[in-house]
Amino acid sequence: MLLPAWWPKDGRYFQIAALGTLLAFSLSFLDLGARALPSALAIASALATQAICSRLWRLPSIDLRSPLITGLSLSLLLRADEPWFHAAAGIIAIASKFVLRLDGKHVWNPAGLAIVVLLFGTDHVWISPGQWGASLWFASLVAFLAILVLQAARRADVALFFLGCHAALLFARAFWLGDPLAIPLHQLESGSLLIFSFFMISDPRTTPDARLARFLFALAVALLGHYLAFFLQMRPALYVALIALSPVNPLLDRIFRAERFQWSAPSRKEASS
Amino acid sequence: MRLSRRLTAAVAAVAITAQLTGPASAFCGFYVAKADAKLFNKASKVVLAWEDGKTAVTMASDYEGDPKEFAVVIPVPTFIERKQIGVVEMKTVDHLDAFTAPRLVEYNDQDPCDLRVYKAVPSVPSMLGRAADKAPSERHRGVTVEASYEVGEYDIQILAASESDGLTRSLTDNGYKIPAGAEDVLTSYIKQKMHFFIAQVSLDRMELLGHRFLRPLQVRYETKKFMLPLRLGTVNANGPQDLIVLALTHKGRIETTNYRMVKLPTGMDVPLYVKDEFGNFYTSMFDHAVAREDMRAVFLEYAWNMGWCDPCAAEPLQNKELVELGARWIGSDDERAFSGSDAYVTRLHVRYDAQHFPEDLVFMETRDQENFQGRYVLRHPWTGEASCRAGADYRRSLPVRFAQEADTLVRLTGWKMDEVVARMELTGQPFLWR
Repeated sequence: MLLPAWWPKDGRYFQIAALGTLLAFSLSFLDLGARALPSALAIASALATQAICSRLWRLPSIDLRSPLITGLSLSLLLRADEPWFHAAAGIIAIASKFVLRLDGKHVWNPAGLAIVVLLFGTDHVWISPGQWGASLWFASLVAFLAILVLQAARRADVALFFLGCHAALLFARAFWLGDPLAIPLHQLESGSLLIFSFFMISDPRTTPDARLARFLFALAVALLGHYLAFFLQMRPALYVALIALSPVNPLLDRIFRAERFQWSAPSRKEASS
Repeated sequence: MRLSRRLTAAVAAVAITAQLTGPASAFCGFYVAKADAKLFNKASKVVLAWEDGKTAVTMASDYEGDPKEFAVVIPVPTFIERKQIGVVEMKTVDHLDAFTAPRLVEYNDQDPCDLRVYKAVPSVPSMLGRAADKAPSERHRGVTVEASYEVGEYDIQILAASESDGLTRSLTDNGYKIPAGAEDVLTSYIKQKMHFFIAQVSLDRMELLGHRFLRPLQVRYETKKFMLPLRLGTVNANGPQDLIVLALTHKGRIETTNYRMVKLPTGMDVPLYVKDEFGNFYTSMFDHAVAREDMRAVFLEYAWNMGWCDPCAAEPLQNKELVELGARWIGSDDERAFSGSDAYVTRLHVRYDAQHFPEDLVFMETRDQENFQGRYVLRHPWTGEASCRAGADYRRSLPVRFAQEADTLVRLTGWKMDEVVARMELTGQPFLWR
């Protein structure tokens, strides 16, 4: 593909543009969407934590793109009864990247970890999964898929693996129950599912290196999420499943290290991004 | 038994004609809406009390048909013991309905040459439910009658089924006409290990108890499934139905996790004549809002701590009323008005059919305690003398204000502008249009 010289080489610019547009829409048009002050706090605290930790860890530069994505994701997903929980979420998310590391990679997706820590550690936050509506959901799906293609992110296959597994499980359940197709299709229409698939489980820093391992990981998260949602009636099931299973990634990396499916070089500047 | 009996469900059971209640005195004002028109044609009203899994579902109806035709089939997540079933007074449900209903507020403009002080007068359209239909059952293929109870005027059976055809057969053999499509839905509930709560009316006991109308039934159970079954009710429905959910919770507003929630338009100034047809206004506005959202949203009509209200559309509920409706955590069941802070009410209004709402409603409790109410404002112009300069300015500003009110009304309800203009002229709000 021939691209103009100004075309960004880093796919994260597209992600930031998409999430930023989504946040602006959510702030302006959704009755129970994101709120301005909590969003600003989430983004600011994520950026500030990145800057501070980059200094403390003596990184050569401060890369603000990833913390911006984290802050935007938190703004879109997290709801709390006090704005400062969003600030806490930004700090927990980014600090975890620097502190909780194994084999040169951080273990947990930053936004996902912050959400799960606050959900279980406090009684003040919740996730609003049902507020996007069908049109916004579809527009976002198209935009996120376009970004996937544009950035040709080799690790992004995990988003498609996961969406495929998750959809297959929903359809299988509907088939078993004898439910009409409209039900699993409607269950897929969740904004938080899209953010989860395209920005959390597909975070290239916290997914296995080998493609087969990524597929297994996506399948495991989908299965555990399904169990938590339908058998334990847990609402933020996917986030919990992702955070619970992320620690097996280093193991997967070791098992599948020699596999020919490994097609992605180890990341070079993990902590900075 | 008549073929016209159809299987209705739960929530769905409650068919309903709603109407405006008459005027009544209210805590901080008085009602001004007196319309006695029917509001929503097929609506049901459910009070859902929820505290961390402890659930009480109260289904209201003012079914006026032949009581022996009445029966409901409600999927419930667990086996239900006798002590988990109760009958609630209709007036308690109506009270919570009136307390949370959209309200009309009146302000009088003060002398423009004087300082302005506003005073609020709330009014409220309230919904009264009315149920239809019916269904009982016995032991049948793959169907176990787990228990039979007599509760007030109701005969109740708790069924567990391993096969939906057994369940449907046992119902049809008893004379109930199961609509096409219901069997699939029953299968789905059976596989999800739901039990079935079937209630019908004992005419003898109803007579003995001296009740003319069926009182709301309440079922209490503990479950992590915070949901309301809609699906059975969509099977035999003639077009969309309305459901009002009045949720009492401990910590904050509830929201639907699988459907988008939209706030009812609120806070607008509307023409004075809306006072005489507030019921019409409310239904037109709701119809209009539903159409705008392509019938794919759940509407938030009220969300407020039960400890206070402003303006109040009805007397605050007593502790014992809240407990009767299932809010047993509040720690007191005396007759004093509830003044604590640990009960929060959310009023949701949804118009649904199988096409737009394929799945049951799934809820979660949030920690959000922000206040919201459906509230519409009437501003009466100052009619006294105002000979100061500000008075002249004030009078000049009125037609502009009337035009804005007309515009708002047209936008909210889809009513025709020329009709609105004509009505406003008749009610002392003339302005030049076009």
